[in-house]
Amino acid sequence: MTWIGTWLRNIGAGALRVADEVGGILLLTWMVLRALIPPKIDWRELVKNLYKMGNRSVPIVVLTAFFAGGLMTLQTGPFVKKFGAQALAGWGAGYAVLREIGPILIALMFSGRVGANNTAELSTMTVTEQLDGLRALAIDPVRFLVVPRVISMIVMLVALTVIGDLVALTGASIVGRAMLDIEWATMFHSFADNLKPYDFLHGVYKSIAFGGAIAVTSCYFGVTVRGGAVGVGKAVNAAVVAAAVSIMLLDFFLTYTTG
Amino acid sequence: MSVEPAGTAIRLRNVRKSYGRHDVLAGVSLDVPRGGRLGLIGPAASGKSVICKLVCGLEQPDRGEVEVLGESVVGKREVQLGDLRQRIGMLFQNYVLFDFLTVAGNVAFPLEQRGGMAVGAIAERVATRLRAVGLAGSEGKLTGELSGGMKKRVGIARATVADAELVIYDEPTAGLDPVTTQKIYDLLAADQQRTGATVLAVSSDVVALAKFVDEIAFLYHGHIVYRGPAATIADAPDPLVRQFVRGELEGPLEERRA
Repeated sequence: MTWIGTWLRNIGAGALRVADEVGGILLLTWMVLRALIPPKIDWRELVKNLYKMGNRSVPIVVLTAFFAGGLMTLQTGPFVKKFGAQALAGWGAGYAVLREIGPILIALMFSGRVGANNTAELSTMTVTEQLDGLRALAIDPVRFLVVPRVISMIVMLVALTVIGDLVALTGASIVGRAMLDIEWATMFHSFADNLKPYDFLHGVYKSIAFGGAIAVTSCYFGVTVRGGAVGVGKAVNAAVVAAAVSIMLLDFFLTYTTG
Repeated sequence: MSVEPAGTAIRLRNVRKSYGRHDVLAGVSLDVPRGGRLGLIGPAASGKSVICKLVCGLEQPDRGEVEVLGESVVGKREVQLGDLRQRIGMLFQNYVLFDFLTVAGNVAFPLEQRGGMAVGAIAERVATRLRAVGLAGSEGKLTGELSGGMKKRVGIARATVADAELVIYDEPTAGLDPVTTQKIYDLLAADQQRTGATVLAVSSDVVALAKFVDEIAFLYHGHIVYRGPAATIADAPDPLVRQFVRGELEGPLEERRA
């Protein structure tokens, strides 16, 4: 076979693999939705996951959001001062943080911390046959393991995004005051006068979509893993990459369609 | 719970199962009467665990019929197998304990998920089971803190806690010392006497297994090549079985394997 043939075959194999994975992720999404009707959730698992995924992610989200907000002020500050438009300093930082930087950064952090952990946990359970153990006890692994994780990730990513938004605006104000001599009141009025509730909601509904994407991809690669420790490593890697790609694609699509 | 020993609990007809190009089961037919105790032996990777999983509906055959407790499991979806699986207890070869639960949590898990039992009654049943397998006082331990033998005993406690109609033991005593092995088989026998459950047990320890089961079937090259009384398995007329049970190096087993 010539190098062109090999090249084409590799492209075809890659396309088939991606199609297989996208199909699997969509199928798992359908199974999760079907498991919610009627809603029969293991509340103990749900509460455990809400705590594990949300509460323990707060410090890293606060840190990321604070510096993201501060960075926005640092980037826009010199131009704002140059043109004497201090009244727009808060708007510049807030608009970018609420609509784009906040949801995306927090989702990527969440994917790296919670999504990767989720894939590692589920794939370890898969390779040690614990999913078969559940099935043998007449327990549907999707209903018992996947559904509480999907709900927890969506709820907690939204909550963390809201917290992150507040921290980012605080960070923007502190950096504005400390490094660019912008008054607290000026920043506050800039936020209050220029930012609309929709700017905040735009970020919130993006975080719902991002949470769903991280949850389903991380669970999919966890329950479909093959092999032992090597397989677990590959699954975690694939899940993080797939979640990051999904986040960027969804962000583009949602921004394009909803403004 | 007492089960009337009538009819057939497990019925396999011409079951075939392949993984890739490897034909693991090449037309297995097997019957286990209700209330009966059948031991399944055979060389490593001969498909014994596959038969256990087929009976529990965890695997589907490529061809053939698998009927368990009067229900066919072939072509059934997961939700359709739920009721049947609640009537089956299974001990996996590698324990398959849930590492997100404690020892007591693992044993209580089947009862909690089925519902219909008070929390106090579940706790009492779990304590009784753990005492029976010699693990009283280990209720609060996580599975990661247990030795292989202890994990095996937790698995046995979980498989038998719900008094299932059919119990499948895949290597119930692998890794256990001879005294514990005998204790475990005595416990399993007493349990079976009490519940009247049908038992399918896979083990490489043929001597200990033979004291527990009524009959032993020998799986070789994808077929059941021998089935006979457990008590006389060492003197079975089939030279393959005799060689396997006695652990002799010379004989038809090695020749065919070579």
